[in-house]
Amino acid sequence: MDPIPHHHDLVACHDCDLLQRLPPERRHGRVRCVRCGCVLHHQGRDVVAVPLALGITALVLFVLSNGFPLLEFKLQGRQDTAYLLAGIRELYGQGMPLLASVVLATTVIAPALHIGLLIYLYLPLALGRRPPAFVSALRAVQAVLPWSMLEIFLLGVLVAGVKLAEQATIVPGPAAWALGLLVIVLAAAATQVHPHRLWDRVA
Amino acid sequence: MNAMGGTATARGLASCHTCGLVSRVPAARRGLRCPRCGVGLHVRIPRSLSRSWAFLVAAILFYVPANLMPIMHVTSLGRMRSDTILSGVEFLLLHGMWPLALIVFVASVLIPVVKIAILIYLLVSVHLRSAYRPMDRVRLYRFTEFVGRWSMVDVFVVTVLVALVHLGKVAEVEAGPGALFFAAVVVLTMLAAQTFDPRLIWDNVETHDVEPNPYR
Repeated sequence: MDPIPHHHDLVACHDCDLLQRLPPERRHGRVRCVRCGCVLHHQGRDVVAVPLALGITALVLFVLSNGFPLLEFKLQGRQDTAYLLAGIRELYGQGMPLLASVVLATTVIAPALHIGLLIYLYLPLALGRRPPAFVSALRAVQAVLPWSMLEIFLLGVLVAGVKLAEQATIVPGPAAWALGLLVIVLAAAATQVHPHRLWDRVA
Repeated sequence: MNAMGGTATARGLASCHTCGLVSRVPAARRGLRCPRCGVGLHVRIPRSLSRSWAFLVAAILFYVPANLMPIMHVTSLGRMRSDTILSGVEFLLLHGMWPLALIVFVASVLIPVVKIAILIYLLVSVHLRSAYRPMDRVRLYRFTEFVGRWSMVDVFVVTVLVALVHLGKVAEVEAGPGALFFAAVVVLTMLAAQTFDPRLIWDNVETHDVEPNPYR
């Protein structure tokens, strides 16, 4: 016997498995589990347009934050600039390929996948089509989220900058500002992916 | 919102992790798929406890070299010093940069230790079939999931310094092996938290014990 789909307004809490019936759709906001407070469902708001807009904004900011210097460093008349990718290449060159891969995965690949998957999923949906490999893309975007660590990287840039500011002149580059905005946009996008609601729409 | 009395599992139902659809599942069958989206359907994360323990033990082992080995070597005007995580914090404190020292101490020292301790406690409590304060244990779980990634900050500081400072004899920064072990600890504890199924905490709690929820 195969699993039999149950009625759509039933949910089982992700954190405690308590079975609950969703209230009728009437107000905006979150619906929480009555037992453990885990967010069960989001109501209201457009589930497609907002994530798509955030995804496209993030794409622009991502390109800027990789194409421009993060920090400029001046010491005794000499000058250096730091790009995100250059730091990773430098780690690789210092005989730390594994460490370079971890940094590459968490600051470049995971955010790029996050942004790419947002656009891949939501652009066709906005045009009324279901993208190919919809389920895989939906799973991938959920799986990639914890590994995208740009907000932590930004804190790292800040700490490194302040640390060096004692001995040298440090100027934040255009990429630092782009990164600051990108972090906010990606955090907003992360709260806007609602697989349950998308299924109600494509099914 | 209506609680229906009992967990999905107790009623022979399972919720799909990808699309959220609740389905009736036949007892004791493996290889089930969600009828809506086709993704594998599990009542609980398969082998959650043993996998979570495996990642956690590996993280604890790597934690030792992560703290003993230098995370970076700094050359400044011909002199070289090597910094471990702790000596880095000490350096910041001695140079009066206590806000930075605090950030690095919390992210790199406090969070990994607290996270490992919480995961051990959660795993042991599930093994012992504890019904003790499930709400607080689930809060601990959410805390570790939320906060664990921030330990990566030291690895990123090293990356930025390495990218920024290469003036040969005048100033040069090189990454040390401690940084790699430290990154491994962060990744492994994240995997340990992800494979732990919080529903296991509630499986030993009777549903009629449901307390009024603070969020409502």
